[in-house]
Amino acid sequence: MKTLRWSIPLAVFAILVVFLAIGLTRDPREVPSPLIGKPAPAFRLAQLDQPDKLLGPADLRGQVWLLNVWASWCVSCRVEHPLLLDLAKAGIVPVVGLDYKDKPDDGRAWLAQHGDPYRVSVQDVDGRAGIDWGVYGVPETFVIDKNGTIRFKHIGPVTAEALQQTILPLVRELQRS
Amino acid sequence: MIPEIGQFALVLALFVALVQAIVPLVGAARHDNGLMSVAVPAARVQLLLVGLAFACLAYSFATSDFSVENVAQHSNSRLPLHYRIAATWGSHEGSLLLWTLMLAGWGCAVTLFSRNLPLILRSRVLAVMGVVAVGFLLFLLLTSDPFTRVFPAAAEGADLNPLLQDPGMVIHPPMLYMGYVGFSVAFAFAIAALLGGRLDATWARWSRPWTTVAWCFLTLGIALGSVWAYYELGWGGWWFWDPVENASFMPWLTGTALIHSLAVTEKRGTFRSWTVLLAIVAFSLSLLGTFLVRSGVLVSVHAFATDPARGIFILVFLALVVGGSLALYAARAGAVGGGAGFAPVSRESLLLANNVLLGVAMATVLIGTLFPLVVSALDAGKLSVGPPYFNFLFPIFMAPLVYLMGIGPIAAWRNASLPDLWVRLRWALGVAIVVAALLPFMLGTWMPLTAVGLFLSVWVVGATVVAVRQRFSGMPQRGLIDRITANSPAWYGMLVAHLGIAVFIVGVTLVRGYEIERDVRLAPGESIDVGGYTFTFRGMASAAGPNYDALVGTFDVKRGERVLDQLHPEKRSYRASGQVMTEAAIEPGLLGDRYLSLGEPVTDAGPQGAWGVRIYVKPFVDWIWIGALIMALGGLLAVSDRRYRVAARQRAAVPAGAVAAD
Repeated sequence: MKTLRWSIPLAVFAILVVFLAIGLTRDPREVPSPLIGKPAPAFRLAQLDQPDKLLGPADLRGQVWLLNVWASWCVSCRVEHPLLLDLAKAGIVPVVGLDYKDKPDDGRAWLAQHGDPYRVSVQDVDGRAGIDWGVYGVPETFVIDKNGTIRFKHIGPVTAEALQQTILPLVRELQRS
Repeated sequence: MIPEIGQFALVLALFVALVQAIVPLVGAARHDNGLMSVAVPAARVQLLLVGLAFACLAYSFATSDFSVENVAQHSNSRLPLHYRIAATWGSHEGSLLLWTLMLAGWGCAVTLFSRNLPLILRSRVLAVMGVVAVGFLLFLLLTSDPFTRVFPAAAEGADLNPLLQDPGMVIHPPMLYMGYVGFSVAFAFAIAALLGGRLDATWARWSRPWTTVAWCFLTLGIALGSVWAYYELGWGGWWFWDPVENASFMPWLTGTALIHSLAVTEKRGTFRSWTVLLAIVAFSLSLLGTFLVRSGVLVSVHAFATDPARGIFILVFLALVVGGSLALYAARAGAVGGGAGFAPVSRESLLLANNVLLGVAMATVLIGTLFPLVVSALDAGKLSVGPPYFNFLFPIFMAPLVYLMGIGPIAAWRNASLPDLWVRLRWALGVAIVVAALLPFMLGTWMPLTAVGLFLSVWVVGATVVAVRQRFSGMPQRGLIDRITANSPAWYGMLVAHLGIAVFIVGVTLVRGYEIERDVRLAPGESIDVGGYTFTFRGMASAAGPNYDALVGTFDVKRGERVLDQLHPEKRSYRASGQVMTEAAIEPGLLGDRYLSLGEPVTDAGPQGAWGVRIYVKPFVDWIWIGALIMALGGLLAVSDRRYRVAARQRAAVPAGAVAAD
């Protein structure tokens, strides 16, 4: 009994190691979402700059678009932000922002501060839509095709490499079909 | 040629580390003084070799040798010299080399400052540090070689991440690592004590200064990181509960608990097995932090280039070192024994509460940090934990901790009397309540959290005054000077560190309660009033830095008609990487900062037209870091106590009553 008590830290640590080991096999940036190939989960959320207007995936049918999950409290979002601004300037593909678990005022202020790359952003104040979309950590970026099917998901800040080598080629291919 | 010398030095260092890890332990088991004596020269040669390797890498960076892959990826010929040298630890490989260098430095420090320790203990301590060094050197050589060459050499380097091109970032990592790695000494002492079966007040006394020094560095390192985030990330926050921040904060919380628990073990002989466990946990969390940062299991703004092989290596290393230590703990801790008992109201019980609260706070941070990982591993769905979780839970554990902190230094060991404590502390309590009730009205609005924060700060200051008066009135010395000098630096160090917490809380409370934030659109010539200050946009100019082009704005800050300062926020575009950085402009002040950061041009006129500007007035924000600085000063004051050195000498001369159980 006595030795058992002193072994508790070891046992706790062993459990931790198991989780860390499982964590290693799942790169949080590359794990495919179970939603890939499935229809984009529906939502109808208030737009950030015009809260009386609602928007949902159904409104975007017929075009290829990106859903970028961001928040004013998200540090990593700052990293990808310049890339998104460039992307918006190039006008290749519309990017819709999902302002996740954020106060709308904070979200608006953040966009005013850093620039707004989004065609439109919607407010997901309680994070309900984010959960439907399987949001794991902010930021995340989804590619949705003309039929409203999720084709790709990028977890973590979008890098120039991911954008040029994966996301944009996929977008062009989907736009052609 | 130079990089090859560096690499060769690392290989040699690995062999020396193997000798340092194995030979003294064998010697200790056989009571062979000759074998045990190998530890000291091995530890010193180790520092020499790792230092040489580090110097070689720094030289490659300083001379922009782009035939070294690491240099080509993280430096640039137009980067100023001080950033080229700082870039040495700006990469994954380089920062690991810095880690290893720090470890060797701490090992060498042990050989210098522990001459009076019994040979067997010193040899075991150095051997344990040797084991850790072997792990890190293998990691460097097998998965993260900093000296890999590229052929043909790159014509130009890719440049250091602009976020890191900042004086704060030059000193933040070395400070932080000094703290992280410093806990390896307390860890090595704990393991050596478990191996020897000798865990007594003497052991605690030897461990204390090492732990405190490491804690001071960690405190400064975290504070510097926070300052950097404040002015460099450009949105005025000072702590984000980012996984990497948490990774440095968990060892800090545990280290703080360890400092207090060591005090009890030294003074009263109690808490022994708990203290050993804390020493193991503090260093384990430093290793875990390294794992989290380097393996990429969690997404963070800090996540550097990651590689699964590295993650597996660190995990195996972590499992061996921490698992081995905890197994040793499980086998030996039962034999350590308790110690003197104590009453429910006593300094011991207050320090126990301190340890429990710090432990729970650490667990809260650990759970919050690893939660996304655990949930995903269990396939239980997807969840994320944001700052709201931490901001809600953390104060719940910290408020009682700080409250008890006021009582601790006044309560007697073993058995304190509640009525007596009440009599001593009632006026401090009264003053704190009155200030907490009234001051927020004077500052603007009364908010419960602000009142709690101010109450705690005033309470700690008041209780400290009581502690000093109580101590001085009971002293035989007459004059004030005599009384001041008769007390130990360790005691003053404790009080100073506690006052640092009070200052820190003032900063956190007031900036949370009363900061003002405005997003405005300003054209040249326009003004805006924010929090009693008038900001006038004078215009935009172009400027060129050594490796970037910048747009520099000029803003006048006025209070009434008096011009206080001119602020120059920048938008920089770094030439090599094309990255755009916002450099906030800050006018700091003891009573608050004026903070201004540029958004984007909002009209078609471009940079010469109107800009989106974010302006903050942040009352008392600098007190956050001043508080941390005071805490660290308290720690250094405590370490300066002659008692530790004198005591070590005396004990070494007469190996006092400790029983060797092996």
